[in-house]
Amino acid sequence: MDLLGLANYAVFMAILIGIYALLALGLNIQWGFTGLFNAGIAGFFAVGAYASAILTSLPASGRLGGYELPLVVGWLAAMAAAALIAWPIGKICLRFRSDYLAIATIGVAEIIRLVIRTEGWLTGGVRGVTGIPRPFGDLDYMPSQIAYLAIVATLVLVAYLLVERQVKSPWGRMMRAIRDNELAAAAMGKQVEARRLQAFVFGSALMGLAGALFVHFNRSVTPEAIDPMIATFLIWIMLILGGSGNNRGAILGAAVIWIIWSVSELLTDRLPTEVAVQAKYARVFIIGLTLQLVLRFRPEGILPERQPGAPPHR
Amino acid sequence: MSFLEFLNFHLVPGIVLGSVYAVGAIGITLVFGILRFAHFAHGDMATLGAFIALALVTAGLTPWAALPVAMAAVAVVAIVVDKLFYDYLKARPKIMTVMASLGVALMLRAVVQVVFGVDPRTYATGIVRPDDYFGILLRDRELYTLAAVVLIVVGLTLFLRHSRWGKAMRAMSDNPDLARLSGVDNRKVTMLTWAIVGALCAASGFMLGINNELQSMMGWQVLLPMFAAAILGGVGRVEGAVLGGLIVGVAEEMSIFILPAQYKAATAFVLLLLILLVRPRGLLNGKVL
Amino acid sequence: MALLDMKDVRGGYGDADILHGVSMTVGEREIVVIVGPNGAGKSTAMKSVFGLLAIRGGHIVFDGEDITAWAPDRIVQRGICYVPQVDNVFREMTVHENFEMGAFLRRGDLSAAYDRVYGLFPDLKAKRKNLAGDLSGGQRQMVAMGRALMLDPKLLLLDEPTAGLSPKYMEQIFQITRDVRDAGVSILLVEQHAKQALAFCDRGYVLATGANRHEGTGQALLADREVAEMFLGG
Ligand SMILES: Nc1ncnc2c1ncn2[C@@H]1O[C@H](COP(=O)(O)OP(=O)(O)O)[C@@H](O)[C@H]1O
Ligand SMILES: [Mg+2]
Repeated sequence: MDLLGLANYAVFMAILIGIYALLALGLNIQWGFTGLFNAGIAGFFAVGAYASAILTSLPASGRLGGYELPLVVGWLAAMAAAALIAWPIGKICLRFRSDYLAIATIGVAEIIRLVIRTEGWLTGGVRGVTGIPRPFGDLDYMPSQIAYLAIVATLVLVAYLLVERQVKSPWGRMMRAIRDNELAAAAMGKQVEARRLQAFVFGSALMGLAGALFVHFNRSVTPEAIDPMIATFLIWIMLILGGSGNNRGAILGAAVIWIIWSVSELLTDRLPTEVAVQAKYARVFIIGLTLQLVLRFRPEGILPERQPGAPPHR
Repeated sequence: MSFLEFLNFHLVPGIVLGSVYAVGAIGITLVFGILRFAHFAHGDMATLGAFIALALVTAGLTPWAALPVAMAAVAVVAIVVDKLFYDYLKARPKIMTVMASLGVALMLRAVVQVVFGVDPRTYATGIVRPDDYFGILLRDRELYTLAAVVLIVVGLTLFLRHSRWGKAMRAMSDNPDLARLSGVDNRKVTMLTWAIVGALCAASGFMLGINNELQSMMGWQVLLPMFAAAILGGVGRVEGAVLGGLIVGVAEEMSIFILPAQYKAATAFVLLLLILLVRPRGLLNGKVL
Repeated sequence: MALLDMKDVRGGYGDADILHGVSMTVGEREIVVIVGPNGAGKSTAMKSVFGLLAIRGGHIVFDGEDITAWAPDRIVQRGICYVPQVDNVFREMTVHENFEMGAFLRRGDLSAAYDRVYGLFPDLKAKRKNLAGDLSGGQRQMVAMGRALMLDPKLLLLDEPTAGLSPKYMEQIFQITRDVRDAGVSILLVEQHAKQALAFCDRGYVLATGANRHEGTGQALLADREVAEMFLGG
């Protein structure tokens, strides 16, 4: 690879890291600050992806959409759609321990996958949605990439600042108190449920936005682009390794894990085909193992949660 | 549609599928009730059991002879997984163990995919014609599956009702603090529970495989119906898991009357949300965590 | 020498101490009662004997052996049984199975133990196949006591066995407590019904904010004006 190729690759990576950072921030609101277990991240991501794709793409025969609406509308719709799906699930499951939410979110992700594959009139079925506009897409390759990176980076920064402000507010302090003390949570009753629901819905909306950014970057989306378990799992590891409860940790984790994941893909792609397939699954084994190792040896992550005066809880 | 058609094409397949779900749901309900967390590696542990049986069949055993061996093997796997990945988390919030089990799910599946590949496999090749029992069409394997499920459920129920350690398991599920005060050794109950759960996983995976085909993703795909069955019946209740399993299985087969066939898999999810909404303790009044 | 000797025990559930130096003794065949306001640390003091919290100071000696911070199963085997204040039965197990669980650590013929327990609680004989969770509060309390007596302990710890019971049941529980003592078991009892409990015990302790406040025979405490004003409603 020459220098330009390397720079191209770096920008490409940085864009994806930004998208994953948004996902990790969304999960941080849910898990890091509130203790909610979302095992269907890929589902909310996919909903955002398709919502924006359908609203902003060029018209195509055989499916709904092609409204060519402005990007901002698509992105807001992506957040709204993900939030709209999160709301009833949270409403039903947040009364119980987070195990139930985890089961239900696995289910939601599965159903979303089914809908995307089945409802061709809406999602284009297995062919997916193409002709999705990309901001600054008519520039040359490199400037266009850099422009997109700037957009992603800006959105990550805005999300970061918003979440930081929120967790430092009384709302955030209360959420942490609830998370760390089941008894206190039970005593606060109904109010807690409402707060948890807010956190779950807001986190899911960020995941939806990340989905939208992903499809506008790729200009197309197919069901294969979103592998539910692996995507969900990668984001979990990003957050836990980076430091759950710490927004900078979430972003850092996204960068570290995405780089490791991509480099390992580059490596396994060079293997002879006989072992390449097995190597692909061996990588999956290794991410599972990585989670176990982090949980065991570095449960607070690289950048632990900063909580003056209180001992770390998880 | 005639009644017999309904029976043969919808109800009987539903009951067979439901009994397989029941075996998986019993394991889920035991872990949920006694160890108090949602075990997400359950489905993939079932996959592993199915493929261990496949390896034994390839080595020359008949499928039904391979089943008990696979059950024993996965019992050991489950105990080892607990020791390596769950046990050290016991002082931390239970949800951490849930997360660890998700990681284990991924690892077990990857092991199956690396060792056995990702192509569908079967225990026996060739088409089996069903026999006619007074108009009801049943294949041998379906008959054996039902018999095996009955055997497992009766055996487990007797064990839990009447044996010393079975009672200890129930006591642990009922009131863990009091069980400890009564001198029940937590670690032994945990180990025993995993042995039983592992064996049940292998059995459910094997039965899925013999009634259809083996696939590396099959366990993950039945995780949701199995959880729905356990919660539907009432967490911690073995009879509930059986009931829940049958309901989910039959409902899935019936769903084609109201839903496009592609959404069969959504049935369990709808049932799960419904029961959480109207009766979170489940039909037989189980626990709510 | 006393059967149980707690000396200056300090400790709590988390990092903060709840007990700030609690001392008490229970002699052979003695009924000792602990009274005090809600949140005084009565239950916590009892749990400290049973190794259910972090002990950061003091000693607990039972029958000549230091049992400070032993694991519960070891303490049970040594001869102390404990009936917690709440959740003290296996609700989804039958009365008889509750007793069986009480004797979990004991092998061999248990018929003498069953006879003894059903002798103490004849009402439960007819209900032996009922689920403990389906019984009335008073009967549940009896199941809880019966479970704890199955191991034939030397010392029985009872945490508010009469809470929420009718006066009739309260009398019955006190009577059974006396019977158990007469059969040779020492008893340490936490009670909200301070007046009645002090009237029937041998000795009593008044705890407040995690420390000893008063101690003496039941009669002496009843007669103490300060105790009367503090806890007995004048
Ligand atoms: N499991 C527990 N964890 C933390 N604190 C507890 C626990 N149980 C009791 N406490 C606290 O310990 C103090 C004493 O409680 P307790 O011993 O139950 O009082 P009492 O039995 O005298 O009413 C109270 O302030 C209570 O809040
Ligand atoms: Mg108390």
